[in-house]
Amino acid sequence: MAGKTLYDKIWDAHVVDTQDDGTCLLYIDRHLVHEVTSPQAFEGLRMTGRKVRAPEKTIAVPDHNVPTTPGREDPKNMTEDSAIQVAALDKNAKDFGINYYPVSDIRQGIVHIVGPEQGWTLPGMTVVCGDSHTATHGAFGALAHGIGTSEVEHVLATQTLIQKKSKNMKVEITGKLRPGVTAKDITLSVIGATGTAGGTGYVIEYCGEAIRDLSMEGRMTVCNMAIEGGARAGLIAPDEVTFDYVKGRPHAPKGAQWEAALTWWKTLKSDDDAHWDKVVTLKGEDIAPVVTWGTSPEDVLPITGVVPAAGDFKGGKVEAAQRSLDYMGLKPGTPLSEIKIDTVFIGSCTNGRIEDLRAAAAILKGKKIAPGMRAMVVPGSGLVRAQAEEEGLAEIFKEAGFEWRLAGCSMCLAMNPDQLSPGERCAATSNRNFEGRQGRGGRTHLMSPAMAAAAAVTGHLTDVRDLI
Amino acid sequence: MDKFTKLTGIAAPMPLVNIDTDMIIPKQFLKTIKRSGLGKNLFDEMRFTQDGEEIAEFVLNQPAYRQAEIIVAGDNFGCGSSREHAPWALLDFGIRCVISTSFADIFFNNCFKNGILPIVMPQEVVDVLMDDARKGANARMTVDLENQTVTTSDGQSFAFEVDAFRKHCLLNGLDDIGLTLEKVSAIDTFEKTAAQARPWV
Repeated sequence: MAGKTLYDKIWDAHVVDTQDDGTCLLYIDRHLVHEVTSPQAFEGLRMTGRKVRAPEKTIAVPDHNVPTTPGREDPKNMTEDSAIQVAALDKNAKDFGINYYPVSDIRQGIVHIVGPEQGWTLPGMTVVCGDSHTATHGAFGALAHGIGTSEVEHVLATQTLIQKKSKNMKVEITGKLRPGVTAKDITLSVIGATGTAGGTGYVIEYCGEAIRDLSMEGRMTVCNMAIEGGARAGLIAPDEVTFDYVKGRPHAPKGAQWEAALTWWKTLKSDDDAHWDKVVTLKGEDIAPVVTWGTSPEDVLPITGVVPAAGDFKGGKVEAAQRSLDYMGLKPGTPLSEIKIDTVFIGSCTNGRIEDLRAAAAILKGKKIAPGMRAMVVPGSGLVRAQAEEEGLAEIFKEAGFEWRLAGCSMCLAMNPDQLSPGERCAATSNRNFEGRQGRGGRTHLMSPAMAAAAAVTGHLTDVRDLI
Repeated sequence: MDKFTKLTGIAAPMPLVNIDTDMIIPKQFLKTIKRSGLGKNLFDEMRFTQDGEEIAEFVLNQPAYRQAEIIVAGDNFGCGSSREHAPWALLDFGIRCVISTSFADIFFNNCFKNGILPIVMPQEVVDVLMDDARKGANARMTVDLENQTVTTSDGQSFAFEVDAFRKHCLLNGLDDIGLTLEKVSAIDTFEKTAAQARPWV
């Protein structure tokens, strides 16, 4: 019998029940909740008289639509519909007795940054949230994926999820990365290679030397975008880097429990003879700093490339590529490094952690943003923000001309006032470049924090290697 | 949840690949605490100008497709955000079935929770169905879940696969939570065992 993958092992440890057709009931260890995809689920509980089965395993934080400007504790400073959603989360957290970090709490932030930061996310767990970027938590060797609101209600009521097992896919990044190349470039390059449906039906395990060499922040960036490759979840086997990050966090195990946990966590890796349904291998040294040119995260090219033509593609992608070029206002053959931008957004659950802010600040130190540029940094949590202030990063950003905001999802999905206007072009460290994602008619180029900082300085997409 | 058994209706052709949930229902409409009423904003930025005028060429604005109940779509329909507002908006507009070569995982799951049937067909079948959909309002397609077939307006029939449990739930309009709560003793047992094996969780 073949060995097991990491996914197999976590799955097996959480199966409550298996039906004849293979449909399983999977136990959920952590349920993260935010204000936008949960109100209807709590309403469903009220209408049926059901309770939250495990409030101690449920953590809520408002992040998607909260303003990132001062004074937001006062609902009068929110739009009316946002205030209603945040008030609903306040009430639901209180009524159902779940863990809660309101906007007034320094620990508030993007749910996928708060979970790991507070030690809620641990290796070997099952983690769900009504948000597709739940894949982030896979960086800890946790099986983590996004769910819809009906499933949010199901998990609240039963602490389980009805699931069928996905297939196993291995994505190996061999060797070392070159200077100026980051976790964001890895994850975008993988999507560029496999397409946005390449991972559909799979759980991905990322491995190889270049992945092992990443910090936890970098690993979270990689797993965060597993969903953009279509996968249900992305995983990285836990190791000393993981254990060092987790140890001492507020909700991490302590004392004898820590030792017991560590013993189990060290077994959480794929066996050498495990079966893989699909394998993708990239050489770390082949990965360049990349940007997206179109309106799908698979539209990835090295910054040294040129805007492609629709005719470069096949099948249904021809029409989609033409639509992207029209939407983005780009001419085939234009060098990517000549594309002018007017907005820079550094933040999001993909790149809103301390290491991301350090990487951007390293480029910005002693420099100013280009004339007319609007640039903002939105730290991923209140604690990231405080740490960045302590390290002097906030000063570097402010002196360069960036706005220094409060924590939230912000312009990644533009549900709050942070939005692009039609035709505005943004260098963004977030995860989606869909039409209208950052505001109707707004044009998004995805890239790493260092690349976004470089673009802020020069006013156009820029190879960060020219500035280091 | 409404049952899904057999549906005969107009199919709208949407051959674009990678239609994402931001297109299906843009974020400004997620600021609701209800499930209902999202149909008027379905495909909002493709369907309406910034001033709220209808964009005539968009398929669901064309007279033949205003009453569509089925969408035949390009690859990877429903990719992106997990927002269940996407199937809520489709359902509220009147769409009960989407046919494509592939769907994004979360959207696919969300459909079944709302009485919408997503059908995966090979490219050559989707091509035939797309052509049939292009014929307009007089060409009605039939989706029969019990027999797992899609039949074009000219009588060509194609079989499709569907998960047995999901089919059962759709045919009977069953509530997942109610079904799971019948297994509450298994959940209790699992929790006790897991609390001993992994007390730190």
